[in-house]
Amino acid sequence: MVADDMPLAAVLQPFDQRVSLDHSAADMPCLLVPPADLVALCTQLRDDPALRFDFLSDICAVDIFPKTPRFMLVYHLFSVPHKWRLRVKCCLGDPATAPTVIPVWTTANWHEREAYDMYGIHFDGHPDLRRIYMWDGFDGFPMRRDFPLRGYRDDYNPMGVERPPEEGAG
Amino acid sequence: MAVLSNRFQDNVFFTNSDAIINWSRKSSLWPQTFGIACCAIEMISAGCARYDLDRFGVVFRPSPRQSDVMIVAGTVTRKMAPIVRRLYDQMAEPRYVIAMGTCAISGGVYNTYAVVQGVDHVVPVDIHVAGCPPRPEALLHGFVQLQEKITGTRVLRVKNPDEPAMEPS
Amino acid sequence: MTEATVINEVTTDTGLSREVLLNLGPQHPSTHGVLRLLLQMDGEIIERVEPHIGLLHRGTEKLFESFTYTQIFPLTDRLDYLCPPSNNLGYALAVEGLLGIKAPERAQYIRVIMAELSRISGHLLITGALPMDVGAMTSLLYTMRDREMVMDLMEMISGVRMHTSFCRVGGVREDLPEGAEARILEFCDIFAARISDYETLLENNRIFLARVENIGNITGEDAIALGLSGPNLRASGVDWDIRRDEPYEIYGQVEFDVITRQDGDCYDRWKCRVDEMRESLRIIRQCIGQMPKGDILIDDPKIAFPVDKDLLAHSMETHIHHFLLSANGFKVPAGEFYSATEAPKGELGYYLISDGSEKPFRLKVRAPSFVNLQALTERTTNIKYLADVIAMLGSLDPVMGEVDK
Repeated sequence: MVADDMPLAAVLQPFDQRVSLDHSAADMPCLLVPPADLVALCTQLRDDPALRFDFLSDICAVDIFPKTPRFMLVYHLFSVPHKWRLRVKCCLGDPATAPTVIPVWTTANWHEREAYDMYGIHFDGHPDLRRIYMWDGFDGFPMRRDFPLRGYRDDYNPMGVERPPEEGAG
Repeated sequence: MAVLSNRFQDNVFFTNSDAIINWSRKSSLWPQTFGIACCAIEMISAGCARYDLDRFGVVFRPSPRQSDVMIVAGTVTRKMAPIVRRLYDQMAEPRYVIAMGTCAISGGVYNTYAVVQGVDHVVPVDIHVAGCPPRPEALLHGFVQLQEKITGTRVLRVKNPDEPAMEPS
Repeated sequence: MTEATVINEVTTDTGLSREVLLNLGPQHPSTHGVLRLLLQMDGEIIERVEPHIGLLHRGTEKLFESFTYTQIFPLTDRLDYLCPPSNNLGYALAVEGLLGIKAPERAQYIRVIMAELSRISGHLLITGALPMDVGAMTSLLYTMRDREMVMDLMEMISGVRMHTSFCRVGGVREDLPEGAEARILEFCDIFAARISDYETLLENNRIFLARVENIGNITGEDAIALGLSGPNLRASGVDWDIRRDEPYEIYGQVEFDVITRQDGDCYDRWKCRVDEMRESLRIIRQCIGQMPKGDILIDDPKIAFPVDKDLLAHSMETHIHHFLLSANGFKVPAGEFYSATEAPKGELGYYLISDGSEKPFRLKVRAPSFVNLQALTERTTNIKYLADVIAMLGSLDPVMGEVDK
């Protein structure tokens, strides 16, 4: 629900110009925030009595290779008392690291593990950052745009694509 | 049984013994309760009141050690493949595998990095039941075809050299 | 790890260890799919539950990026495979939101009828499976009998029992056949009495209540922090239902109650679903009564197949559009959209980022079961014994197709 009466201006103030508000999407407003301010912004969004974004719907990781900054984290928030929705975007470079928002919303745990497993985004402060979908020894991050759909060829994946030769540090 | 397997000539005594052994095996095929994905729901439907599997002697057993047939119902991923193999190894012979659904037969629509393109890369498959998901009647048909396959098996009698093997040695 | 491993860290006076690491493996009758649970236990008392998922991870999201928008519908079916029409609806809303279109009213009614029928079908399975997991084996056979009736209706409407792929961007694939409304109403009449039967069987059964009452209590604040949604959240007292609070399709025009309960234990989550089935019947009856005649697909040749099939034979332009749609698909303007719908398991979200081409740039599925299953790790209050884990898992109702995508 796009609510024009969402008092977001008050939230933006402490962050000077680092957090910007974007209304271009049709469904909900969007805040763009650098990784350093992510946890502070999320805490404020959750605790501000006028907003009360206490429900984290989703953490979505996006890879826009070959454009930079390569990775983006998109958080979808929902306020149960007010029934408002908000999107928070955070652009990350490559290699991608972001702070964990588990202290703000407990549900972020598995979402961040999924982002790590699928994209290789590292979350500082995550208590248990390990793969969740792929098996532990899997090499690569499947959802990245340069990872082939059929995977790389190995003994158990004859239909896969030939792995390209390693370039230096990989 | 291993000492007596495939040792005797075709005569009225052993042909009839084979018929009785095959009849008893095919009339009480006990599958594992092992559903992986969507096909499992149709397998459950096949086991429930309308498309009753119980009338074929099919009783679902939770433990692989007590079951005769493994219905691989659903997509086998590369993470799951060792477990499917382990369950197959835990079954006692004679054991059969029904690959239910296109994902189990050939990976289905999921030609991706994580999916084994057909469970026959992991375990030897006896019956393929096609569909996405196959209707419960199709699974019933698969069971009937498995029964027909078992009917022709030579248990005590010597195998024909040109007959395809039930299981690889 | 398939055997119980005894860890000699905690010893009793007699020098025997009681700490056990037990693997409740992917092949288990009551894990509701391929879920692996590692249980750290002190004897029979649970200390920690660790789910291992990913055994059904099929790479759906990667596959989304190489399919056109219409080709994705069958993939969405296979996410929550107990209620495919709900998944189709959520995805269609995401694409339509980005296109800025709405389906015709009749199509919206048909979609809602299918979604509510699938809600009944999904809830029926867990209404029968949870008691079966805790020992009341008969209930599953009864609920599956009624589920067969719903599957018959699905087959009548869409041609397939499961995996209907019935929605299209801009409407539905086909209109309801002759006599469909009468048959659906007949089902509603029969089924209303059956729900009472299930309640009579189980509600006052002392054994069932001993197994599920006061087990796995989750408070409302914890449930929100954990991201629970759907009946799991409403059983803890939080009054939030996307159909009522952020209405989509024609949910704003039908009346229904949102079922909430207070204790947040396994019994409340189970009972929430039973009562929700009644509300679904109410919605279906109202939809059948209010449904107008009209088109079932929008009349935009660049997005949807022609409504009037005769045009294909007569009009070259229609023919060309049809060919281009079938061969290439339609383009969706660049942008992003998050559509949240109330699936039977909770908030099903589709986050679609489009780059202007015929295939999505990124389509993320916010699977409710993925988030609901986390409650098993965090909240082990009132889950004391191994038997309680099974009841808790059943009451959370995860579907592994959705959890693992």
